[in-house]
Amino acid sequence: MKQKQTAVVASQKEIAPQIFDMWINTELAAEARPGQFVCVYPKDRSTLLPRPISICEVNGDKTALRLVYRIAGQGTAEFAGYRAGDSIAILGTLGNGFLEAVGIDSLTGSIVRDDVEITADKMFSGKQVFLMGGGIGIPPMLQLAKKLNQFMEKDRIQIIVGYRDAQTFLREDLERYGKVFIATEDGSVGTKGNVMNAIAENGLSADKIFACGPMPMLRAIKAYAQEKEIPAYISLEEHMACGVGACLGCVVKTREIDHHSHVHNARICTDGPVFEAKEVEIG
Amino acid sequence: MNMQTTIAGIPFKNPVMTASGTFGSGMEYGEFVDLNQLGAVVTKGVANVPWPGNPTPRVAEVYGGMLNAIGLQNPGIDVFLERDIPFLKQYDTKIIVNVCGKTVEDYVDVVEKLGEEPAVAMLEINVSCPNVKEGAIAFGQKADALYHITQELKKHAKQPIIMKLSPNVTDITEMAKAAEAAGADALSLINTITGMKIDIHRRKFAIANKTGGMSGPAIKPIAVRMVYQAAHAVKIPIIGMGGIANAEDAIEFILAGASAVSVGAMNFVNPYTTIEVIKGIEAYMERYHVENLTDLIGAVE
Repeated sequence: MKQKQTAVVASQKEIAPQIFDMWINTELAAEARPGQFVCVYPKDRSTLLPRPISICEVNGDKTALRLVYRIAGQGTAEFAGYRAGDSIAILGTLGNGFLEAVGIDSLTGSIVRDDVEITADKMFSGKQVFLMGGGIGIPPMLQLAKKLNQFMEKDRIQIIVGYRDAQTFLREDLERYGKVFIATEDGSVGTKGNVMNAIAENGLSADKIFACGPMPMLRAIKAYAQEKEIPAYISLEEHMACGVGACLGCVVKTREIDHHSHVHNARICTDGPVFEAKEVEIG
Repeated sequence: MNMQTTIAGIPFKNPVMTASGTFGSGMEYGEFVDLNQLGAVVTKGVANVPWPGNPTPRVAEVYGGMLNAIGLQNPGIDVFLERDIPFLKQYDTKIIVNVCGKTVEDYVDVVEKLGEEPAVAMLEINVSCPNVKEGAIAFGQKADALYHITQELKKHAKQPIIMKLSPNVTDITEMAKAAEAAGADALSLINTITGMKIDIHRRKFAIANKTGGMSGPAIKPIAVRMVYQAAHAVKIPIIGMGGIANAEDAIEFILAGASAVSVGAMNFVNPYTTIEVIKGIEAYMERYHVENLTDLIGAVE
């Protein structure tokens, strides 16, 4: 059930320059799925539109959501000023999630789509996956890694993350739930270059890819997945107004005719944000 | 206390509607709002065939509002009649379908198909979308073109028609009068105001279409002024809209001369806005001992 509500900030700290880590107490956490997002609304009435922010983590009791975001403008700058006890306006939880894109209900591990024949434990056990994150696309990989630990062995969850420099935020959290490989643009940590370079340097392989990050990275992953003939599920981003599928602001070109407007335009907020890479035309 | 309002002989349980393009066909917001409570659902524009709309980015934030250039993406009338109308028919609310097109023939095609659907109470003719290159806006910015298309559509429409006016004109009263003279049953205004935003860091337009239609609270004073001017220029009823965020805003439009109001961009900010506006108008009527909502229409002194 989607809901707009006023929640309470539990804590917030800056974990890298301009990158903030905020926990919010909200019952929306009970339904949150890895890859979903929430819309956060600034209180300044000159900035009306929601800021879509991915869910980084859900606490053990499912009573709080963790959002890790970068200051990108006026709205996120306002959020960065929130302290424990402050109110925060959110709408959630939104979008389909990574495992839902595969056809699995991430809350139960059961099948949710006709073309899927096996439940999550059978699908993932004994297999290898890549969880690839670039920059501010890294946060949603944490909850996904945590979730996949329920269905597969930790050392088969290969988390490949790309940073600009040695500010490797969320690294320790990710290491708890998978085997982490790092790439940095300046070469200060791990492989010098990007996540694709890290795959090559470490000689990694996988049966499935989950990814979130900048468009050039997603394009490279789409090409890699096609070459290796493995499915890749990528999380897309676009400016949004409603977040619930009504305004048709955040569309992506699709290979097949979309079910809403029948014009090869899927709505990122509701049909996504996670899509199988081969289904979307990302250039 | 009577919240009812009447437009072209059609009674609405209350004056609060949804502005076209901000509410889909109600499916998405049905999760937040009891659609039965609304005076009417005004649907997203529908054309004779599916329209893919514009490239992204399609939306951008501006001070106190937003720009959009969706480009009227829609599934076309056939899918709409099969899917959206049956959905809306489940609810006790009036259905107003927004009709768009590139040529007069396109509009006629849609209007005729909708004529077969008695559940549709009224048609709102979109001659004012600023984001579609061909047709559309041209009909809404020249009084003679507006007169012509209104007259043509009146020949084919089974339901009363509302002409949705563009604010991007020199004199709104000239347009209002042209639509009335051609037989329009009602007017709705304002559509969005053409605007532009430039990302100075990337030196690029904030939306791919370069220009977009501005909506949101920042445009409200312009909208109230135009509703007031139009209401004094014509006798047909007016549905007022433009930046309505709460009941106070809605009441301003009604006092300026609107028989009904639509909530648009603010649905995106607060999905419960329509219901809050209805409740707030009730509270206002109670506070000032207003027996009939219709007593408020044009009641500014």
